[in-house]
Amino acid sequence: MAIAQAPAPELELEVPRVRSRWAEVVRDFCRRRPLGAIGAAVIVLMIAVAVLAQVIAPYDPLGTNFGAMLSPPSAKHWLGTDTFGRDVLSRLIYGSRTALLVGFGASVLGATLGAILGVGSAYFAGRVDLYLQRLMDVFLSFPLIILALALVAILGNSIPNLIMAITVPMIPRCALVIRSSALSIREMPYVDAARAAGFGHTRIILRHMLPNVMAPYLIILTAFLGQAILLEASLSFLGLGVQEPIAAWGLMLRGAAVEFAESAPWMAIFPGLAISLAVFAFNLFGDSLRDALDPRLRTQ
Amino acid sequence: MRRYAGTLAGLLAVALLALPAAAQDKPRLGGELIFAVPSQPPSYDGHQEETFGLIHPVAPHYSTLLRVDPFDKTGTKPVGDLAESWTISKDGLVYTFKIRKGVKFHDGGELTAKDVKASYDKIIFPPAGVKSLRKAAYAAVAAVEAPDASTARFKLKWPESSFLLNLASPWNFIYKADILAKDIRWYEKNVMGTGPFKFVEHVKGSHWVGKKNPDYWDKGKPYLDGYRALFISSSSAQVAAVRGERAHIQFRGFTPADRDSLVAALGPKIAVQESAWDCALMVAMHHEKKPFDDKRVRRALTLALDRWEASKNLSKIAIVRDVAGIQVPGTPYATPPEELKKLAGYRPDINASRAEAKRLLKEAGVPEGFSFTFKNRGIPQPYEPIGIWLIDQWKQIGLNVKQEIIEASAYHPMLKRGDFEAAMDFQCGFIVEPDLDLGRFLTNSDANYGKHKDVAIDDLYQRQARATDPEERKKILRVLEKRLLDEEVHVMYTLQWHRIIPHSAKVKGWTITPSHYLNNQLDTVWLTE
Repeated sequence: MAIAQAPAPELELEVPRVRSRWAEVVRDFCRRRPLGAIGAAVIVLMIAVAVLAQVIAPYDPLGTNFGAMLSPPSAKHWLGTDTFGRDVLSRLIYGSRTALLVGFGASVLGATLGAILGVGSAYFAGRVDLYLQRLMDVFLSFPLIILALALVAILGNSIPNLIMAITVPMIPRCALVIRSSALSIREMPYVDAARAAGFGHTRIILRHMLPNVMAPYLIILTAFLGQAILLEASLSFLGLGVQEPIAAWGLMLRGAAVEFAESAPWMAIFPGLAISLAVFAFNLFGDSLRDALDPRLRTQ
Repeated sequence: MRRYAGTLAGLLAVALLALPAAAQDKPRLGGELIFAVPSQPPSYDGHQEETFGLIHPVAPHYSTLLRVDPFDKTGTKPVGDLAESWTISKDGLVYTFKIRKGVKFHDGGELTAKDVKASYDKIIFPPAGVKSLRKAAYAAVAAVEAPDASTARFKLKWPESSFLLNLASPWNFIYKADILAKDIRWYEKNVMGTGPFKFVEHVKGSHWVGKKNPDYWDKGKPYLDGYRALFISSSSAQVAAVRGERAHIQFRGFTPADRDSLVAALGPKIAVQESAWDCALMVAMHHEKKPFDDKRVRRALTLALDRWEASKNLSKIAIVRDVAGIQVPGTPYATPPEELKKLAGYRPDINASRAEAKRLLKEAGVPEGFSFTFKNRGIPQPYEPIGIWLIDQWKQIGLNVKQEIIEASAYHPMLKRGDFEAAMDFQCGFIVEPDLDLGRFLTNSDANYGKHKDVAIDDLYQRQARATDPEERKKILRVLEKRLLDEEVHVMYTLQWHRIIPHSAKVKGWTITPSHYLNNQLDTVWLTE
């Protein structure tokens, strides 16, 4: 008897797709906060443009070409040229480097120093807190731009000085926010336990308190990024920031761009759009990050 | 007869057609001239100030001994103002001026040679504590005398070819001797001269008003009833004032873009006058700092500049135009273009010049990509575009130049300290005259910011200053220019400034000159309606 051998049925095994935790977080963030995701996408694009500027810029951003001065947008110069015949698109691409360098430099430095001061102030309390907070109040009494202007006037206008001038007014603002979070952490039993175990102040601040204020730190950092880019553009526009012929968005808006605003509006429109888009993107991302990290604002 | 009738009819028609034009050219009496002034007068004393912010509103109140012919476009022809005539002694050491009779001060007092002497004594020999900004320009004067009421005499220590033109300085207001005798500082805060307009009021930061002087010595003038100077610092607001017909004119100058926008907006209602401007931006190179102590490096820097190409293009965006040497083009001692093209950095073949520049840098041991900082003044026009252009030109010969902008008020102290490798230097003259323009290049001059030491330049300067024959003076000036800009390259000139005055077509009788300090007495100005 022949035994009919039926082919073994193919087993369709459900193999679970392995997704990293980061990918999950990103997917979740995009689904829950689409506006923040758009902001993040613009930021990523901006970083890519800055990194690859040398590859993607069609012209040398500093190269003058008097034969093409004040050319309107065309196939040759997509965003037109300025009064020296320099390609506006290439200068915008290279300008993103300046914006990100100053923006990240000032906000990372400002937020970090502010966080250290805020946590230190909350941890030591008493007179240290009192004096530090009054000092912060003095700095906070000056509008951001006025303090930055004064600092640039004193330090001179190079990129490191510009970063410093934007950093200083950000420190007290960050210190204030971080201190309020750190005050509640200071009362936590594990901080008392660390103290009882005889750990030093530095170890308690760095190991036990600072990691617990990371959420407000990141929120502040992203919020400051947009502000720092705007401040750099404002200072450069006022002639106190980055200097010609370096490509910078604020710098592209001043001088000839104003003078030729009617006959060559592209000189002002495109850098203006770039600044607005960058600040908008950082603000969107910062707001969404705050919503995602703050349990009180978290919505399911 | 018929033939003659035809000719007569033709002549009559031509005469009739010419009538309206003639009527239009006849000055009309009345009206108030309104002009914008971008700066403010720090005091009212012309002898101690140097800003056009004083000259523009204050000059119409005063007369000077001589003045620059208000209709001479070169701004280099002296004519009598209070001086009716003059004689110069054969040895060139005594200048005698006949003073006009019947000239009255605004307070009714009569002007005499005593007032001229008192005013010039204040300028040339000021008492201790009294500031006189142009004292050094009269170093040749030994004494000022007033032998009688209508004669003023200047005695010189040595003959000076520029002396007569120097007496036409728009700053040398003639003050009243009696007032100076009582209080030599009175004119710092008060106005009282013999000029075509009397003082009415000055509201600081807002305006200055003058009214017609009916007793002005030049009968029939001034044509205007008065004038009003509006102090407007923002250039866009000045343009808006002219565009909105709230101001007839701004006497300093506008940019090419401003000119074009005004012409586009106002069409035939606007008239434009343009002239080479007696201002220049130069590059000072510090002779005590390496590698600028090497004249091959300095020569390479000037050879890199394509001035002729820049002249065509930068004039569209900045207040510069002509390629020039040490004198304003079109003036008596200017370098002829053929001569100019022989100097380093002025030759038409830019590729050959840049090849030579690269060779010189190599010989001097300056590596490819050598970096230095160029300091520039924080004023947009024309410093900013010229700075960008210079950096681009130097890049063409392999130099990597960074620009540092210094705030305007801190700039001059920086130059004086010598705190630079290469920096933008600037000069604006009130009259185009080699003595006045070139004194800064003397070894011991305060304005020798590059700190060069060159006795040959000092000697050539003195020789040209004392040369009484204009042709001989021209020859000496060409030698001086070659040494300064070509052989030693102590300094390099960029482009000559270009003065653009778009004004209401109603304004007549005013002629542009190469200096924004000249031609502001307004006695010849009139309004068509």
